[in-house]
Amino acid sequence: MSTNASRSAARVMMAPAVILLLGWMLVPLTMTFWFSFRKFLPMRGGDLGFAGFDNYVRFLTSSSFWPAVQTTLIIVISVLVITVVLGILLAMLLDQPMWGQGIVRILVIAPFFVMPTVSALLWKNMFMDPVNGLFAHLFKAFGAEPVIWLTDAALPSIIMIVSWQWLPFATLILLTARQSLDSEQMEAAEMDGAPLLKRFWFIVLPHLGRAITVVILIQTIFILSTFAEIFVTTSGAFDTRTLTYLIFQRITDSQNIGLGSAGGVYAIILANIVALFLMRIVGKNLDA
Amino acid sequence: MKLKNTLLAATALSAVSALGVQADVITVATVNNGDMIRMQGLTDDFTAKTGHTVEWVTLEENVLRQRVTTDITTKGGSFDVMTIGMYETPIWGANGWLVPLDDLSAEYDVGDLLPAMAGGLSHEGTLYAAPFYGESSMVMYRTDLMEAAGMEMPAAPSWSFIAKAARAMTDRDNEVYGVCIRGKAGWGEGGAFITAMSNSFGARWFDEDWNAQFDSREWSDTLNFYVNMMNDAGPPGYSTNGFNENLSLFQQGKCGMWIDATVAASFVTNPKDSTVADKVDFALAPDNGLGVRSNWLWAWALAIPAGTQQEAAAKEFLEWATSKSYIELVAAKEGWANVPPGARTSLYKNPNYMAVPFAQMTLDSILSADPTNSTVDPSPYVGIQFAAIPEFAGIATEVSQEFSAAYAGQQTVAEALAKAQAITNEAMEAAGYR
Amino acid sequence: MARSNSMQLKMLTTVAAWSIGLMIFFPILWTILTSFKTEAQAIASPPLFLNFDWTLENYQVVQERSNYMRFLWNSVFIAGGSTLLGVLIAVPAAWSMAFVPSKRTKDILLWMLSTKMLPAVGVLYPLYLIFIELGVLDTRLGLIVVLMLINLPIIVWMLYTYFKEIPGEILEAARMDGATLKSEIFYVLMPMAVPGIASTILLNVILAWNEAFWTLNLTAAKAAPLTAFIASYSSPEGLFYAKLSAASTMAIAPILILGWFSQKQLVRGLTFGAVK
Repeated sequence: MSTNASRSAARVMMAPAVILLLGWMLVPLTMTFWFSFRKFLPMRGGDLGFAGFDNYVRFLTSSSFWPAVQTTLIIVISVLVITVVLGILLAMLLDQPMWGQGIVRILVIAPFFVMPTVSALLWKNMFMDPVNGLFAHLFKAFGAEPVIWLTDAALPSIIMIVSWQWLPFATLILLTARQSLDSEQMEAAEMDGAPLLKRFWFIVLPHLGRAITVVILIQTIFILSTFAEIFVTTSGAFDTRTLTYLIFQRITDSQNIGLGSAGGVYAIILANIVALFLMRIVGKNLDA
Repeated sequence: MKLKNTLLAATALSAVSALGVQADVITVATVNNGDMIRMQGLTDDFTAKTGHTVEWVTLEENVLRQRVTTDITTKGGSFDVMTIGMYETPIWGANGWLVPLDDLSAEYDVGDLLPAMAGGLSHEGTLYAAPFYGESSMVMYRTDLMEAAGMEMPAAPSWSFIAKAARAMTDRDNEVYGVCIRGKAGWGEGGAFITAMSNSFGARWFDEDWNAQFDSREWSDTLNFYVNMMNDAGPPGYSTNGFNENLSLFQQGKCGMWIDATVAASFVTNPKDSTVADKVDFALAPDNGLGVRSNWLWAWALAIPAGTQQEAAAKEFLEWATSKSYIELVAAKEGWANVPPGARTSLYKNPNYMAVPFAQMTLDSILSADPTNSTVDPSPYVGIQFAAIPEFAGIATEVSQEFSAAYAGQQTVAEALAKAQAITNEAMEAAGYR
Repeated sequence: MARSNSMQLKMLTTVAAWSIGLMIFFPILWTILTSFKTEAQAIASPPLFLNFDWTLENYQVVQERSNYMRFLWNSVFIAGGSTLLGVLIAVPAAWSMAFVPSKRTKDILLWMLSTKMLPAVGVLYPLYLIFIELGVLDTRLGLIVVLMLINLPIIVWMLYTYFKEIPGEILEAARMDGATLKSEIFYVLMPMAVPGIASTILLNVILAWNEAFWTLNLTAAKAAPLTAFIASYSSPEGLFYAKLSAASTMAIAPILILGWFSQKQLVRGLTFGAVK
């Protein structure tokens, strides 16, 4: 159906988006790349000359690098697992007939509308505070010693906050996908006497495959750059420093732009590895 | 409110046009602390006097620091006046990023600034920021609990007395903890406290060749003393407590003693917020018999970034906000206990102010702090709870995170110190000191 | 028998769904409740649920201290502006990807998504310098462009998946009738794509509204949106839970209300092609 004319028209129509994104990627990236090879210390007079691979070596050999990569992956993977699993269960539940379905759906999607800074502040102060937090009161009411969340369980706490924010998104997409499942197919399976678990495993789950892929792809993109939740709650203490946060510390706290930029280049490499990995799956699952 | 503003602006404008002075709009970045919020509320007075209007950018401390640092290092020019601390001022001043304050008006009376504050906000004798309020640290304690424990607080206590009193006052069943101290990660939070405390134990950050000193006996003594005392007599989760958390604990009557910034005194003695307002007294920060006390010195100050288009108006604002008449304005509206403390000598000669219960102890604490001579053994840096070098904030944040992990019991004191040593030397090498 | 069984089941699912829904919503509810307490009541032990003296004091304090309307308008402008600009640029791109696909379409699409993985902090310094150079620091325009670029990949992708579901035969029929490219897009495609575009706009307004790194770092006084408004109420000295709650409620209320009213719209298009 596509003629040569429509092909060139298509190219023209795609051009603005592609050129803009290319510029958005290349200009700051080139600058980051440039800085990463400079000894660039704004507090000590700015650009102090060529540094070779010093910044790269230093960032990689720093005692904080591998723990940061590990923390990043733990956060991304845990949040994905939690939101997808709970999302599927919630989607199944919300799909059942019930009273007030609309209101329940509103309640469930609400966290998605809360800005990350606000949600981090609320969780930190009003729930996880060891003295005045609601959890502390709850524990005391049951005669237990309150957990000091952001110290003793800092990483799980952050994972919980981020999951709370993204669960609605996962649930919504999965719910829409679940509702698109042919009800005749389900009824036929029911007639055949297939037990609930079997029906779920062999009919529902495969049907949700694409939706799960989409959830994973989109959430990974956003969760990789998790920042506000860490900045507000622990500032990277107690093993919650992600790669993003480590770069932030190098650039703003240590004021070492060269070192931070080298970290930025590593982060881009890591993101691309993850992206490649994801696209393998997505490419298979989405006939884009 | 709106109408009043419009009226004020209108009168100001007519006054200005009569005088033929230009009315400017200046952007002021500041911290969301109570004294600054009060200043924001009094902007009308500034506008009425000068005709200039003010755009406020009020941010939480960490966000503010990040914002103004990015802006000054890139010469972004987003702000005409910045609120910065005693740590940033000499470094930025040395880099030529701040407008030198060497031509302030005679009426402003620079000589009246407390010498410790003016000294800390200068580089090579030139003042680069005007102190809005200044603070040291001291012991705030509950007289009733001290009495119940059968002890008496000396005016200048030692660490061994504090530890003993803290253990005696602790009553965990009733949620009363002998001593509340910051343990929260961050160089301006727990990092500031432990550094000031370590000074009194004879420790220092660097030797004269910029080698990290965390492998020293003095640091290990400091940290072990702190951890033992806090485990026995501190509140649960003290490793995440900063100024705010401790303030709210103390106000709720859950702390026997609290060692922190002198500005806290006006909060804990304010009956509106504090349940223990009438049972608080003060003492100097403790020492360890080595001739150095564990109190720090800090000022929040106003500075003008070099290159601003509104330098004249910015300077007028800076003079207004840190002037004697501003103090009187606050006193008239909110009472003497609420004026910004610790900046001017004349304030501590004012009998009205000296009647405030914490005035004398605040002054004594400030006077006993000496940033140029803060450690027992000689050190190459200036500053008490920090070392005034550009790399310090980054290093100390990470070091204090290791300390906080030790407070939380996630690693031993020895492990934390070993990591601190590695982090510091690593960073100092990256910056080219070693 | 069967009926009472299904009634029982419905009852059970209702109870389960409502409890879970309320649990997920509780933090927001608690914040709204706290915003009507005094500071002392906000930290009272045991916590007060409904039995406190409701007060509007916190909202008054916040209103007096900050120019809420200005922050709000900046948020509206920036979120709305960046989304509309993004959609304008993305519609033609998504159209050509969906209807004139080539071998590289998939690669381009995935590449676009991968630009979203660049860590923002890594380019803070370069971007700040660019902004100074262009004189767009602390302007709404600067933020609109940056947020548009950040969300453009998502917009293109959402629209693409939506356009793909429009059967090609309709377009062919239109072409048979002699429709030009322009009229094909405006009279045939657009009406069918309206729901998809609507939900794309909604999702991206939410994302832009909640973006907190660039909006905070590239603004000062003039263009600061609600994310900066919040930063002036987090952790000051003294008690702050009630005031923070009031400020938080004010910051999230507009988008929450928008989201609730338009949730049906939002959900319809929020499939990213996952539904077949």
